[in-house]
Amino acid sequence: MSDLFLVGNASGFSGDRIDAAPPVVRALVKSGKPAALFFECLAERTIALAQIEKRRDPEAGYEPMLERLLDPILVDSAKAGIPILGNFGAANPVAAARCVAKLARRLGIPDLRIGVVTGDDVSTTVDLGNLAAHEADAGFDMSSWTMISANAYIGAAPLAEALARGAQVVVAGRTSDPSLAIAPLMHHFGWTEDDWPALGAGAACGHLLECGSQVTGGVFWDPGFKDIPDPANIGFPIAEVARDGTMVITKPEDTGGIVDLRSIKEQLLYEVHDPAAYLTPDVVMDITGASMEQVGHDRVALRGVRGHARPDRLKVTACYEGSWLGEGEVSVAGPNTLARARATADVLLQRVRQRGLGRRARADLIGISAVHDSDDGAIWRSYDGPEPPEIRIRLAVESATRDDADQAAREVLAMLCCGTAGTSGARWRVTPRLLTRSFLVPREMVPTEVRVLEARAWN
Amino acid sequence: MELIEVPLHAVAHSRAGDKGNRGNLSLMPYDPALYPLLAEQVTEERVLALFAHRGATRCVRYDLPLIHAFNFVIDDVLEGGVNGSLNLDGHGKSLSFRLLSLTVRIPRQ
Repeated sequence: MSDLFLVGNASGFSGDRIDAAPPVVRALVKSGKPAALFFECLAERTIALAQIEKRRDPEAGYEPMLERLLDPILVDSAKAGIPILGNFGAANPVAAARCVAKLARRLGIPDLRIGVVTGDDVSTTVDLGNLAAHEADAGFDMSSWTMISANAYIGAAPLAEALARGAQVVVAGRTSDPSLAIAPLMHHFGWTEDDWPALGAGAACGHLLECGSQVTGGVFWDPGFKDIPDPANIGFPIAEVARDGTMVITKPEDTGGIVDLRSIKEQLLYEVHDPAAYLTPDVVMDITGASMEQVGHDRVALRGVRGHARPDRLKVTACYEGSWLGEGEVSVAGPNTLARARATADVLLQRVRQRGLGRRARADLIGISAVHDSDDGAIWRSYDGPEPPEIRIRLAVESATRDDADQAAREVLAMLCCGTAGTSGARWRVTPRLLTRSFLVPREMVPTEVRVLEARAWN
Repeated sequence: MELIEVPLHAVAHSRAGDKGNRGNLSLMPYDPALYPLLAEQVTEERVLALFAHRGATRCVRYDLPLIHAFNFVIDDVLEGGVNGSLNLDGHGKSLSFRLLSLTVRIPRQ
């Protein structure tokens, strides 16, 4: 077990807790072992929202918390030789690199080597109209849609190349999430791009870590059933990976949360469809032979993950301008709450219909049924259980224009005077919607570029 | 042997994930000894029926006996997915707890 490489994670999405990194970096440094740290900051739609920001401001369009995330750990990581990788470049990796460079100069480390990987943005280079649609996305006529972004999920190889060229921070846009963990493992162990068993294990490492605290107690704790220590300070995960691809998942000692068989199983299957074929750009991961064992307090060993040859084509996700969402909520409470809530929902839907404001409308009775319900309210309409003390009524309308969505949402506001007795607490908002579609693109259509410069040279 | 009916939540845990308009729900019994019993009772048909009101069209269960886990993949369960749904929970992250409300019959301790 002497030849171990440690991979830490300090972010599972854009919007994660921003104080996750310091305990992870302290643990990596304390281990004395070679290590890397990664931040995962991109959900499907994040990059489209970033692209919109970039249009407004050419120096924007990357992770807005980037400086705040790196400030407390950049010096310590650089000093300890722990490279940092992240897809925090979003729609503008070069501007993100300039942000990191500025931070490094401010922190007195102007010789910090910052690498940037570009090429994922295929919005102007690939004609998606001629390509096969991915999964359930076939059969849509997109000729009239306005594209916001199109990004390929690129793999670990260009990230590993940046590390090989001495990058201490690697800034990327759209990469597959597990690739952020696979790249430093490839670099350290010298795994080749066709070492499927090793890459399969690397993908499992990345998959378990990519959502941050989700493997250490986040979206896991269930009071009285699955309790965890100190949920306000869940420690983010660390994988101790051996050359043969076996690994132990753990977390920093001085943190909350838990690492046990239950937390590992939940994350191992998270967003997995066929467990024999989880597709990444680097390898097809197969967890059907995986086994795990609790080998210590907050330590679980994982072995038996297999890897198969990577897919020929890369997944590209494109985002298009969509319709508008108008939402509003009001509350009712006390005697006859249920009848007043039902009547409110029906009247709101009638008003939207009557005024022709939406293509689709939905009402929820929050407190009876909302997130588990359907657009037609199948659950709350047939509910015959006890009356709750309060119900919040929610209206959601999809409209073709911002004005229609706004008018629909304001119907909720009007209920403060026109609604049932005791209607209160109106809130409403309008948000633009996105449409996303995925395609499969031949790899040769997505060339990547790697640049590595010292912080003093990024201007 | 006397059987009692309990919600899955009493004996198992679950997590929901999404990709487009398709959702996956893992299911793991706390006690591995209950794995065969859940395999028998938590069928694709029963899980699909749980989401019929949302227009789910297909449910496939993958079994992982080595780690005592099941993975249910449910098509068209997210009312359009995160970008199309009018649901507050466009990702369907809460749906694991709808699965956990399903009842199973287990031997009294």
